[in-house]
Amino acid sequence: MPSRTTNAISVRRKLTNGLALGLIGLAALLVTVPLFLILGTVVHNGITELNWAFLTQLPKPVGEEGGGMANAIVGSLMLLGGASLIGVPLGIGAGVYLAEFGRNVRGNVVRFTCDVLNGVPSIVIGMTAYALVVVTQKHFSLLAGSVALGIMMIPTISRTTEEVLLLVPQTIREAALGLGIPQWRTTVSVVLRTASAGIITSILLAFARVAGETAPLMFTAFGNQYWNLKPDQPTAALPLQIFTYAIMPYDQAHRQAWTGALVLISIIMITVIVFRFVASRGMMKGAD
Amino acid sequence: MPTLPRLRTSGGPCSEPPEADTGSPPAGQGPSVVARRRLDVKESVLADNSFKTVALLCALAVLASVGLIVFELVSQSHLSISKFGWRFLTKQIWDPVAEDFGALPAIYGTLVSSLLALVLAVPLSVGTALFLTEICPRSIRTGLSLLVELLAAIPSVIYGLWGIFVLAPFLRRYVQPFLGTYFGWTGLFTGPKYGIGMLAAGVILAIMILPIIASITREVVTAVPRQQREAALALGATTWEMLRMSVLRNARGGILGAVILGLGRALGETMAVTMVIGNRPEIAKSLFAPGYTLASVVANEFAEAVGNVYLSALMEMALILFAVTLIVNALASLLVWSITRGMPSRTLA
Repeated sequence: MPSRTTNAISVRRKLTNGLALGLIGLAALLVTVPLFLILGTVVHNGITELNWAFLTQLPKPVGEEGGGMANAIVGSLMLLGGASLIGVPLGIGAGVYLAEFGRNVRGNVVRFTCDVLNGVPSIVIGMTAYALVVVTQKHFSLLAGSVALGIMMIPTISRTTEEVLLLVPQTIREAALGLGIPQWRTTVSVVLRTASAGIITSILLAFARVAGETAPLMFTAFGNQYWNLKPDQPTAALPLQIFTYAIMPYDQAHRQAWTGALVLISIIMITVIVFRFVASRGMMKGAD
Repeated sequence: MPTLPRLRTSGGPCSEPPEADTGSPPAGQGPSVVARRRLDVKESVLADNSFKTVALLCALAVLASVGLIVFELVSQSHLSISKFGWRFLTKQIWDPVAEDFGALPAIYGTLVSSLLALVLAVPLSVGTALFLTEICPRSIRTGLSLLVELLAAIPSVIYGLWGIFVLAPFLRRYVQPFLGTYFGWTGLFTGPKYGIGMLAAGVILAIMILPIIASITREVVTAVPRQQREAALALGATTWEMLRMSVLRNARGGILGAVILGLGRALGETMAVTMVIGNRPEIAKSLFAPGYTLASVVANEFAEAVGNVYLSALMEMALILFAVTLIVNALASLLVWSITRGMPSRTLA
């Protein structure tokens, strides 16, 4: 009798175990489905219009065939460049502060604020940049868009920089300090250099994060049908152009939107894969 | 990584060795070297201090950014706050012509779409995290986690594009008739089937927050001590019982944090939602009906808004959104911190 009860329980337990593990595996499988669906659709719909003209020409007026997004691609690159000028130095500086001087309450306050800034919805940052730059300048501009994206880059870069700096062994700092090298030289030439691969990946990560942002550009960079290379003028950006075309009621516009999406997603995916590659090659190449 | 004790003293420890040298200057060089070294030390102390100041200024820039966000939002929405007061939060009116605004439909839409996203995303992402950390063979772990990470890298405007042209027609043709037939009695799945609407927004948001919840859950689950698992297994637990008793129970606070963090992301998500939710400022019980969220109101109407009250009302919407996400994220950060404290956070892995 007792043995049968034990048996019955163990069969039930085995079944539950199998079912639960099966569901967990199924969940993991299901999560990958949307990725393939989205990437598949973007490639399938985008590849037909992807040609030299798309990459080198201005958008055609609505209803005309052909045309491209050259101005939006260049605009996006300029916005990202401007954002990096703001976000990278501030982010690395804050990361250095957190790692080297921030093991205290003040550091925790900064760390917490970083997390808060990281969680602020991108559209809210866009509104702030609007109020800050557009309202003062009295018109939409590339500068305003760069400010919005730059602010978004800071928390990612600083937290990741802090992490990779903390991975640098303490003994390396002590060795440098023991040679009589001033602390700032130690940090700049020894610690930062050792962690440079990790810091570059953090920049790529932040870059990939803001490259596809649309919401913060809507009221800052605003979009433009023509070329603009001036920092104080509205400029086109790839995500904005995709959005504009996607909500237009024309097939031609939709096809252009898909192709734009393909270009944008390629830029981002290449960045992320490069990031993964560099990261897997070891952050700490210099420290071995 | 074990944290080693820091051996640093203020002003730079490099000030010691040169001072020690002064007792025995090298033959044939004289006191000028000593003086020069003293000068060097002074310079390097100065350099150290200015370096620290520069780093501090960068850190303060973070505080300043958040401060500026608060300041600008409050000052720009001043007009709306003083005109509508608290009623802004409870009114259903959205009338730009009469300049009368209420945020209730947008608040409702934001909450419902985000909660729907959580309902769909939490089981899937926690399952994925458990699979990746506990069950999955090493050989496919890297590949699978890369796929989940790539999902996070897709820009929200592309989710929106896909939502309009693939997801919404799919929902309209297959999912909504099914739900309407079998679950119509709940009242949640009734009315015309547009495809576009609250349901589509929930599904898109669910896909978008999956990777965030999954990666943080992974982080917290990894933090559960190995002994806990071994103890359960040694008592004869099956794999699932081990996961339930030792892993999930120990990590539940952190998983809750991950879920709340996902909620924070869903609340503030703008583009994809704007493109698929239908943008109608009404409260409807049915999930098939179009809705509106705080972020999508702003995204849709800000560029065309005329009149100071209208602009200010939109700014107040952004302020509400900021306040809500701030509370949600702070809560989540505290929960995750309390679990993974003492471990380096692994946003990179």
